[in-house]
Amino acid sequence: MSSDWPLWEVFVRPKGGLSHRHVGSVHAPDAELALAHARDTYTRRLEGVSLWVVPSAEIVASDPEQAGELFEPAESKIYRHPTFYDIPDEVKHI
Amino acid sequence: MATLAVDPRTEYLLRLGDDALVLGQRVSEWCGHGPVLEVDISLANLALDLIGQATLLLGEAGDGDQLAFHRDVLDFRNCLLVEQPNGDFAQTIARHLLYTTWQHMLLQRLTQSSDRFLVEFAHKAVKEVAYHRELAAEWTIRLGDGTEESARRMAEGLDWNWRFVPELFEVDEGLQAAIDGGIAADPRDFEDEYRSAIAAVLAQAQLQTPAEQRPILGGRRGHHSEHLGHLLAVMQFLPRTYPDAKW
Repeated sequence: MSSDWPLWEVFVRPKGGLSHRHVGSVHAPDAELALAHARDTYTRRLEGVSLWVVPSAEIVASDPEQAGELFEPAESKIYRHPTFYDIPDEVKHI
Repeated sequence: MATLAVDPRTEYLLRLGDDALVLGQRVSEWCGHGPVLEVDISLANLALDLIGQATLLLGEAGDGDQLAFHRDVLDFRNCLLVEQPNGDFAQTIARHLLYTTWQHMLLQRLTQSSDRFLVEFAHKAVKEVAYHRELAAEWTIRLGDGTEESARRMAEGLDWNWRFVPELFEVDEGLQAAIDGGIAADPRDFEDEYRSAIAAVLAQAQLQTPAEQRPILGGRRGHHSEHLGHLLAVMQFLPRTYPDAKW
């Protein structure tokens, strides 16, 4: 039966103020039951305060074969990291 | 044989606690047998909610483990609906819809009980049961308004369980005493609301309300179907065979 059901990606917000985070996926026939399955599978131990489900087919992913052109150029751009400043001692929480 | 209820409050706690225990045990029989992994987990969660409720209610009625594992069929006070066999998934969903819709309406009223324990219990359990009711309704609608086969199975599941609905609204001497004491809610006050709520789900599921059948009563007074004995045999085997077992 589940092979007929589409796959949904599940995102959980662990608590107010934090972002939803991808936690896994569930099979479900439609959006309402996808939420129910996500709730029952991924929040049974108080993991979250909010849930998103997204049809997996709607996720657009980058091509692993393009990893070289997409991500490697960033490796040699260390100046993009904000590590070239002296932070005064009085500034906390950085 | 454990002690029988003597006062209306204990009697009422036993009725609600035995409902939760027996339905929880029934639903837990699905564990590892669910139609798909996600539904298997859903059903296990429902069972655990119910067993948690039973633990609280029977613990308040007396020694919870003693009451759960060392009473015989005739001492159980659950309604007949909750002991009915699982059948297929549709029959299980039909039973869950019929019971938890009633249980949800009851718990909403028990938040106004004069009994402090029941008020606190109802506040906690009403949220769990709201989800049970919602999930059972969602599945009823999908199976009823699904394929020809799923609609047939859903209709058969409802038909099997329908004759046990009147018992949910029966007020016998034992319950009347608890109502008079302000402890219990009178189920007759929400029978119309219940019938409309079930009819609304069935309409959305494109299902006919089952024909009225001769009601079967008696579970509250210990007159059970043959199904309960088999359930208890499985549930009670370990603690009865190894009374000192610890885990």
